[in-house]
Amino acid sequence: MALGELTVLRLLRLATLLAGVSALAFTLVHASPIDPIQAYVGADVGLTDEQYTRLREHWGLDRSPVEQYLAWAGSILQGDLGVSTLYKVPVSDVIATRFGASLALMGVAWLSSGVLGYALGVVAATRRGRFVDRVVSWYSYTLSATPTFWLGIVFLVVFSVWLGWFPVGLAGPYGVPSDEVGFTARVHHFVLPALTLSAVGVANIAMHTREKMTDVLNSDYVAFARARGESPGQILRNHGFRNSAAPAVTLQFAYFSELFGGSVLAETVFSYPGLGSTLTEAALGGDVPLLLGIVLISAVFVFAGNTIADVVNAALDPRVRSRT
Amino acid sequence: MTVSAARRPRGRRDLLVSLAVVVVVVACVVAGGLLLDPAQIRPNAGPPSSPPGLRHLFGTDHLGRDMFTRTVHGLGLSLAIGVLTAAVGTVISAVLGVCAALFGRWVDGLISWIIDLAIGIPHLIFMILLAFVVGGGVPGIVLGIALTHWMSLALLVRADVRQIRGAEFLLVSRGLGRSPLFIAWRQVTPLILPQLLVGFVLMFPHVILHEAALTFLGFGFSPQTPAIGILLSEGMPHISSGMWWLAVFPGVTLLLVVLAVARLGDRIRTVLDPATAHA
Repeated sequence: MALGELTVLRLLRLATLLAGVSALAFTLVHASPIDPIQAYVGADVGLTDEQYTRLREHWGLDRSPVEQYLAWAGSILQGDLGVSTLYKVPVSDVIATRFGASLALMGVAWLSSGVLGYALGVVAATRRGRFVDRVVSWYSYTLSATPTFWLGIVFLVVFSVWLGWFPVGLAGPYGVPSDEVGFTARVHHFVLPALTLSAVGVANIAMHTREKMTDVLNSDYVAFARARGESPGQILRNHGFRNSAAPAVTLQFAYFSELFGGSVLAETVFSYPGLGSTLTEAALGGDVPLLLGIVLISAVFVFAGNTIADVVNAALDPRVRSRT
Repeated sequence: MTVSAARRPRGRRDLLVSLAVVVVVVACVVAGGLLLDPAQIRPNAGPPSSPPGLRHLFGTDHLGRDMFTRTVHGLGLSLAIGVLTAAVGTVISAVLGVCAALFGRWVDGLISWIIDLAIGIPHLIFMILLAFVVGGGVPGIVLGIALTHWMSLALLVRADVRQIRGAEFLLVSRGLGRSPLFIAWRQVTPLILPQLLVGFVLMFPHVILHEAALTFLGFGFSPQTPAIGILLSEGMPHISSGMWWLAVFPGVTLLLVVLAVARLGDRIRTVLDPATAHA
């Protein structure tokens, strides 16, 4: 299949996916018992019936759900995600200011957990059954059973409270305007959430690489290579990495979905002002436009991860390339 | 991979050990929920903010509530919600997976699209959305979790059923005029029961962890409910003043329960299907 055709197909898929996600999210929210007008003005503000009806008309809440959805979807297509009821500014602005912080956090965690996890997996597989393997397996197994937010709390207790190395929360020192926060202070507040996300991410990729690498090392072609007299290092270079890298990269890109979820928890624990903690605020505060906006963004994010995984997989693995 | 005769009994023994561990853990939690004095979870059951000791194994919180009792109650709640949501999730997976594989291209296309859609939103975000929509509370938690964990198992079931749908006994059955529903329920479903059992047990740890995450974020229960997530989020402000036991014990016990169940799931899979897990 030609590259152009494939791109069109992917874009079509993204379009149907977004249409589906937005319709699903809209239907869900529409069916929810939360009254958008009360959520907007706040629970303690009383409205007369007349004011209430005028607001309903002003917002188009008296129209049919289908009309409302189409109007909403239409304005999204023009880049207008609506106005956040919590922050009273356009949703796109809130997302734009927060997404950077989240991307930095997720990017660092993604990279470090990927590299470290792959390395640990390879080491465990080459020393299978030995002490190192046991440690890596035990670590991965335990971490995959650990609640992300609890790990964050433990790090907070150990590094911030006991050792005093890091501040307890926020992306900058308390009481300093965000544009005056220096780079070192930012890094200082960035380390613990990134560490939490990385530590959790390592488990998945390490376990997977360990299995994959073990399969490779037990294969006939490695037995043959050994018979030809290749050293363990050569075997790893010539056969091990090539055969285990592609699935590992694919897996790591497919991990985008879990990563986003993890960032919600890590950011909430450390009051890190990213998209994840904003999502929690939006959902708890009944801020429907912001909630829907972040849901859509997260769907695009996951789609991007899966698409990159496909592309990278095709680029690394000649068998996949010839199939598509 | 062939399984040597020597390995089989060992797998089975491991399975029994894991099963015993899980049974003991569950029994302890249930017994604790029934036997522990409920007055201990009310304020001023003991001196406030006291560290772990003989009278209060896990210490007490800032209101003097006994953390051990609260943790045990929280675990009981987690287990109950876990069983319920994992069961609902497994049923959804089974129905959709079997339907996708048996009922023709149209149904398959539709179900595959739904699965794509559900996978397309990050797990936790989807759960938050559902919990928000239902308006929090127990129904919010249960629906949010039950409706977001079925996708991977549904895909597995679909693949399994696709493999057996061309089998002769099914063709004969169809030729004899059995209805598709009869075939799906009476002839295909029994064959995928082992797969469903493994799926159920392996879904369980995820479900419990996500329940804790949701309650930690503040969706779900009222603040008085002793759920693990709530214990931890309540403890958060006091951790910086050095009350580490508020954070450590509820988390560690949850971790141990999840580990025990995850281990059990892996071992059931090893025994039922040795090819998928190289023990």
